[in-house]
Amino acid sequence: MDDFNSETDSDYTSYWRDWFISSRGNEYFCEIDEEYLTDRFNLTGLNTEVQYYQYALDLVTDVFDFDCDDEMREQIEKSARHLYGLVHARYIVTTRGLAKMLEKFKKSDFGKCPRVMCESQPLLPMGQHDIPNTSPVKLYCARCEDLYNPKSTRHAAIDGAYFGTSFHNILFQVYPAMLPPKSQKRYHPKVFGFKMHAAAALSRWQSDERDKMKERLRVARVETGFEDEDEELEDEDEDEEMEGFEGATVQ
Amino acid sequence: MSSSSQDTESWIASFCGLLGHEYFAEVSEDFIEDDFNLTGLQSQVPMYKEALEMILDVEPEDDEDEEEEEEEEEEDDEILGDERPAGYRRTSDRRHLRIASDLSVIESSAELLYGLIHQRYITSRPGIQQMAEKYEMQHFGTCPRVRCNACKVLPVGLNDCPGHETVKLFCPSCLDVYTPPNSRFQTVDGAFFGTTFPSLFFMTFTDLELAVNGVAPHNLAPGLGPGNIYEPRIYGFRVSERAKSGPRMKWLRMKPADVTELDETRAYWEGNEADADRPDEEDLNMIDVADGKAADRRKKIVGRRRRANGAGNSAAAVGAPVDTNGVGAAG
Ligand SMILES: [Zn+2]
Ligand SMILES: [Zn+2]
Repeated sequence: MDDFNSETDSDYTSYWRDWFISSRGNEYFCEIDEEYLTDRFNLTGLNTEVQYYQYALDLVTDVFDFDCDDEMREQIEKSARHLYGLVHARYIVTTRGLAKMLEKFKKSDFGKCPRVMCESQPLLPMGQHDIPNTSPVKLYCARCEDLYNPKSTRHAAIDGAYFGTSFHNILFQVYPAMLPPKSQKRYHPKVFGFKMHAAAALSRWQSDERDKMKERLRVARVETGFEDEDEELEDEDEDEEMEGFEGATVQ
Repeated sequence: MSSSSQDTESWIASFCGLLGHEYFAEVSEDFIEDDFNLTGLQSQVPMYKEALEMILDVEPEDDEDEEEEEEEEEEDDEILGDERPAGYRRTSDRRHLRIASDLSVIESSAELLYGLIHQRYITSRPGIQQMAEKYEMQHFGTCPRVRCNACKVLPVGLNDCPGHETVKLFCPSCLDVYTPPNSRFQTVDGAFFGTTFPSLFFMTFTDLELAVNGVAPHNLAPGLGPGNIYEPRIYGFRVSERAKSGPRMKWLRMKPADVTELDETRAYWEGNEADADRPDEEDLNMIDVADGKAADRRKKIVGRRRRANGAGNSAAAVGAPVDTNGVGAAG
């Protein structure tokens, strides 16, 4: 313990958490404050959710002092990771937690949207459920408002409940300036330069749905948030369409 | 000595075996040797002849030597066997000179030429068949979109001319394009796959589970539509469209409950072409009339532009009052 005395308090107190968030595969997690973890109120209900709850909490807060065999130690270690994840879901919707996740978002720590038209929009982690062990973490793109699978299998195995269903939406409510402009740009499948008829028909139907939404927003005097209103007008008109394999255009 | 050169992998096989070249099919030599398939490529590729020779693993030959060449061949006929290694050494010496000058130029030209031939090959019958086998084996990966349920994707270019964009992946389930997950594909030119390939692929293999074509509209974009659109919620409550951070992009993943609706609406209006004053109401407007008649097109665009104007975001001065009932102006 002498070694620790020479270090600052925060270095000492975040020993386990430091290790945890810097471990490979844990890049999506931010560090939960000591104060948050030690306030029992924030952990309400988790004691029934986590095996060896007290030992796990001791480990996470670096006060673990229990002589046990390796197998037990491994069990407690596993419980500690689970506990950290469950507290994490609560922490990241607090003011401090949101600010920490925002910084990670700005650095694209959660990756970028794979959709070409989203132009590398940074993603946010999210769960499709708030109940643990239901579904793994997904990534939310605020530009196309859709969900994607993490690229790495290490990340794809993380429980989605450690981020929850609300966090990513709350972040943009709290930081509306972080909302990316929405884009109307889209991909048009083509064959030898001709748009494919069925896809083009669907695309036009979707554009009309979009325009109806914009009209609703206009009536309600709400900003639409689109950046490129006119772009598609030109785009839609320029190409002929292809109906089938024979190459017949729609005439 | 000379036999070792026969053991080495062909240029095409080694090119396709490179890291990051997993999406490429091995173009058959028959296809490359058919001049028709190479039409127009000569002007696009520097050192075309040398590049072509490299791709086909042909010993380089110089233009100036063409007359000599005949004599050499005669010589070769006479001196079968023993003398052959000498002749072989001579050609490799010549190649050695070439290495000093411009082998790297030829190499990059060969890659460009192969890519451009590849773009054509994979839309040919044998090529598309080869790509189908790769598709079945999931060589191109799956769609990263959660609601596409790991639908298999195909490589696509956003441009048919090289030097613009790297290769992307097309998903038949959401009809969208994605960046390959591994950065090693971010050096592969999208033009080597071209804009046509994935669409032609799904038109060709209509029996595939996810065929997307005009013939089987019920298969159109199975990953879109009701149940496949993300609904943002906070503590279980839906975020309103009217909230500043509310949903604005649902249309991108929408689909009519009955996709045949798209075709039926169009068919209806095609049968009523005489009716120039047909209404442009919202319910009929769900599918634009895609009959290619200039007047109707104009009418639609005017209608669109007015709507955009109405939303207060378009700077285009149409000079017409805001049209709130959606009736087009042309007629
Ligand atoms: Zn996106
Ligand atoms: Zn998809």
